[in-house]
Amino acid sequence: MIQVISFYLFASILIASAAMVIFARNPVHSVLWLIVAFFNAAGLMVLIGAEFIAMLLVIVYVGAVAVLFLFVVMMLDIDFAELRAGFVKNVPLGLLLAVVLVAELILGVGAYRAGAVKLGTPEAGAATVSNTVPNIEAIGNLLYSKYIFLFESAGLILLVAMVGAIVLTHRRSHGSKGQNINSQNMRRPQDATRNVNQPVGQGVEL
Amino acid sequence: MTSFFQSLGMTYEAAWFTATIAGILLIAFPLMLAVALIIYAERKLWAAFALRKGPNVVGPFGVLQSFADGLKVFLQETIIPSASNRGLFLIAPIITFTVALMAWAVIPFGDGMVLADINVGLLYILAISSLGVYGVVISGWASNSKYPFYSAMRAAAQMISYEVSIGFILICVVLWAGTFNMGGIIAGQKGHVLGLINAYALNPLLFPIAVMFLISAMAETARAPFDLTEAESELVAGYQTEYSSMAFALFWLGEYANVLLMCALNAILFWGGWLPPVDWAPLYMVPGIFWLFAKILVMFFIFAWVKATVPRYRYDQLMRLGWKVFLPISLFWVFLVSGYLMLTRYECKNSERMYISQVTDVERGKTFTADKPTNNWDGICRSDLNVAGKASK
Repeated sequence: MIQVISFYLFASILIASAAMVIFARNPVHSVLWLIVAFFNAAGLMVLIGAEFIAMLLVIVYVGAVAVLFLFVVMMLDIDFAELRAGFVKNVPLGLLLAVVLVAELILGVGAYRAGAVKLGTPEAGAATVSNTVPNIEAIGNLLYSKYIFLFESAGLILLVAMVGAIVLTHRRSHGSKGQNINSQNMRRPQDATRNVNQPVGQGVEL
Repeated sequence: MTSFFQSLGMTYEAAWFTATIAGILLIAFPLMLAVALIIYAERKLWAAFALRKGPNVVGPFGVLQSFADGLKVFLQETIIPSASNRGLFLIAPIITFTVALMAWAVIPFGDGMVLADINVGLLYILAISSLGVYGVVISGWASNSKYPFYSAMRAAAQMISYEVSIGFILICVVLWAGTFNMGGIIAGQKGHVLGLINAYALNPLLFPIAVMFLISAMAETARAPFDLTEAESELVAGYQTEYSSMAFALFWLGEYANVLLMCALNAILFWGGWLPPVDWAPLYMVPGIFWLFAKILVMFFIFAWVKATVPRYRYDQLMRLGWKVFLPISLFWVFLVSGYLMLTRYECKNSERMYISQVTDVERGKTFTADKPTNNWDGICRSDLNVAGKASK
């Protein structure tokens, strides 16, 4: 009973907030609705017993990616009139995209219903959920044994992408003086100051 | 608690529901009380550090000061700036407050005294604490005012930066404990050092990350010396500038609930949680919740001590500390800890290692039901398998 109620709660909020992402006028509101959608998707994941994926969804998407989205969108200087003009201009393209997507959906579901497509062998369906082995252990056992090379190469690709992004955007600025913490810490009073026993009435030679 | 409500004649679902609600109330109300008292305690501490008397008017020794403040704030008018984004402006403090309460669901207060004993307890804490930034960012943006906005930008950058290193620090602890479950992590600390001391922090390999976690926790909760989001000399009151009355109080309560949570996390992850400090039988007569509270209070004293004595960091130094010092060190420490555990705990020769996929179902059944059902980190040792197979024959 509780499961059913929470499923429909999460699912309906998920769909409603996903719709609000598109319908919200203000981009900041869109991002916030997107966060609500992520959160409810995580709730659905918990319901099917995939608690590890659910937590990762919240940590990665809500905790990091969406914050960066929000960060960028908040600083946008939005001109609503221009936005609306752009909307009118892009309507044909958007409609075309929508038609293509709907057609693909209908075709896909239709083909599946017709039974013409075999989605793998019967054994290769969804993995059975074990009640005794925790999520993390099950995923880890599979990821670090059978799929170790795929997993590691995915990590490598991400690393290369990260390094690439840094190399492309990092610009060492000339002329501006950065702070060198080490040299600051190494600096001693005698390097910069000098004690002078100066007789009264004579100037100091600098 | 579910079984208690079941014995009253409820169905399992109704009993579970009632027990959960009761558990939430049992955590939330004492927590609010604790926050009120801890604010008083902290003001007294700061006063002592500054050779002042601190609050001493309301009630005996001023104990009721926080309640008087709460009442005053409750009776004030909520002022909403006309240029603000009304809905989000009001939601932001609610988010901060709710998130600060939510994480307490997985904190074990004693043996089995936990609201949600889930497998991914630590990940849940990480997920919830990563939501805390939204309260700050949304309030800064919705206020439609310069200083709150700067503060929101700072908060977003600061919290994301330190979450990364906190993640790596937690990984070290999880590797050592072998579980994400909070109760499991505490259980793993029993007699950890020389079979005598119940604390990961006194393990030489884990001590540096315990210190790093304490510092990161201060940065994550935006406490002094990392309270750049509300640096009064630069940003008035930061993201709270436009807030008044109850909305302001919610930020205030949320902040302290978060600080208490971070103290509790420190106590649980590195100082043995509800276990007594020393693994000595008579100490176990004292209820575990007492030890946990004592550890939380000691941690909180350290937080207050730091806030009273250490000057505020500069913003670029804060970022440097997060990205250039803590991140590399914690990353290296993950490497170090996992390497150490590989060499000492999982002494399986490479030639003997089998992947799960290579083990037949029959063998697997034998292995998993034999002596060594857990810790099959990436596969199974062939020798273990044989032993298990023989044993079952």
